[in-house]
Amino acid sequence: MKKSSNTLRKITKTYFPCLLVTAMFIICQIMITTNAMPRTTKSMLVPVCVYIVMAVSLNLTVGISGELSLGHAGFMSIGAFSGVVIATYTREVFGFSEPAQLLSALVIGGIMAGIMGVIIGIPVLRLRGDYLAIVTLAFGEIIRNILNCIYISLDGNKLHFAFNNNDIPGTQILRGPTGVTSVEKIASFLAGFLLVLFTLLVVINLIHSRSGRAIMAVRDNRIAAESVGINVTGFKLLAFVTSAFLAGMGGALFGLNYASLTPANFSFNASILILVYVVLGGIGNITGSVIAAAVLYILPEELRGFADYRMLAYAIVLIAVMLITNNARIKAFVNSIFKKNKAKGGEQA
Amino acid sequence: MTDTKRRSDTKMVEHPSRASGPERDLNKRPVLECSHLGIDYGGLKAVDDFNLTIGPTEIAGLIGPNGAGKTTVFNLLTKVYQPTHGVVMVDGKDTAGMNTIQASRLGLARTFQNIRLFNQMTVEDNIRIGLHNQIPYSTASGILRLPAFWKGEKKQHEKAMELLSLFNMQDMADVKSGSLPYGAQRRLEILRALATSPKLLLLDEPAAGMNPKETEELMDTIIKIRDDFQIAIMLIEHDMNLVMGICEGICVLNFGRVIAKGTADEIQNNPEVIEAYLGTQKEDE
Repeated sequence: MKKSSNTLRKITKTYFPCLLVTAMFIICQIMITTNAMPRTTKSMLVPVCVYIVMAVSLNLTVGISGELSLGHAGFMSIGAFSGVVIATYTREVFGFSEPAQLLSALVIGGIMAGIMGVIIGIPVLRLRGDYLAIVTLAFGEIIRNILNCIYISLDGNKLHFAFNNNDIPGTQILRGPTGVTSVEKIASFLAGFLLVLFTLLVVINLIHSRSGRAIMAVRDNRIAAESVGINVTGFKLLAFVTSAFLAGMGGALFGLNYASLTPANFSFNASILILVYVVLGGIGNITGSVIAAAVLYILPEELRGFADYRMLAYAIVLIAVMLITNNARIKAFVNSIFKKNKAKGGEQA
Repeated sequence: MTDTKRRSDTKMVEHPSRASGPERDLNKRPVLECSHLGIDYGGLKAVDDFNLTIGPTEIAGLIGPNGAGKTTVFNLLTKVYQPTHGVVMVDGKDTAGMNTIQASRLGLARTFQNIRLFNQMTVEDNIRIGLHNQIPYSTASGILRLPAFWKGEKKQHEKAMELLSLFNMQDMADVKSGSLPYGAQRRLEILRALATSPKLLLLDEPAAGMNPKETEELMDTIIKIRDDFQIAIMLIEHDMNLVMGICEGICVLNFGRVIAKGTADEIQNNPEVIEAYLGTQKEDE
């Protein structure tokens, strides 16, 4: 009896982010059906889902694998543009229904970003710390600049690719720096929720498995991990590519949520924004990433009422969170509240 | 270190478990054979012409003054450094060109002088990482929670608990390893190395920072590990009670060169060893 309740508590603790997200989804759905949600907030639901996916996937690289990556928006952009192209292609050529278009866009977007993750990861993961951060930053910018030059058009049922040359036959889908325009917005809140759930399950299951432990072992002590026979480069790459794959899926959903999208949307600033979510949510803390991404995405939009002081208020909130989470006295206070529960759970610090 | 005759020194504490230790079978294939092993850093010979043979289930000691190159020998054996000279054979297989991971698969496991645990992970997870290659299942079955995952996790849990029971540490399984007391960290590191089911366990200063009572317990444990797991153990140690008490063969290193090899008796009476540790006596004073 006691053992089964312990197991249940353990499962609840492990999958807490999934439960949280499901609860939020149900609340949002109720608000939508009862018309209690303002239109502006409603339009933010899909981007919030996307940024949760981005933050959780970046946390896999930064928190679990311990490698600071500044090029996450690069993978997002690959997912976004390949997702839009695939959605258009499957609609025009195979006549896929909207959910099927969305699914194929997400899968292909993820795979494309994953492949890019392998290509970038192999040389980059030899580096450590600051150097890795600088090189991932550079690769993020390289991806954006390459996308600036790519033209893709659909001619009948053939896709044409061109590099730095807009003279290609058929209707152009991707037009270099102009990006994609008049995209059919097929992303839905339900799809966003399912993607968040998928991402959380992949990341949580990975962390609580043999491979996840190996990834964390490499983070904690590379030399010791090698000494027990763990393939250090292999597991770093696994974390990096999984992270890129999930970012690609998030990007695909993002791309299909807007009528137009340019490569400039995925600049260095976008990468930093995601990193801010991860850092403020707590490095390695999945629940924290989910909450931080949701709150910090909605906050500046809701602050529009403050007009000129909007970004000032946003910055103050960021600084306040930083100070509070690092203040020993406040931490001790919060711990004292949760102490009772922790003692019951049989945990020791 | 071919001679394993029992020591009869009354000055040191005779360890009770020694009498029951197995005799070394010289017909068995040695678990480790180093011949002319060496590494140069530019002109500096950190280790030079190191020859050593360790039989299965032998406890060997590697001693020497600070900076003699003892840890470098461990690093050469486990392929952290690639030797510039010589051959290392583990269980009859040449390790030339191998990396640390392959050496670990061959059956070499080690602990570190400055403890290297996975500090942010629990005690049990630390051991599970040691079991990484022993009880494997694929990443995909881990993410998809396939039957292989549940089976592997169950096996890992059972094996980890079995190992923890060796040091009576079962109730610490959920504690973060970084918050363990020093002695327990040392023991956990040994368990993690044992989890890789090695043929030769390399212990780098296992008694460092332990009090005499803990050291005494450690001696019992090392012998217990050898007897239970039937593995060879090689240890670097500065605590002479421990080295002289349990090592069947001792090798003394100074400035990267072996200056003496033999049993505890032979080492204690070797003038070169005394000189290395205490310095030369001036004749005319």
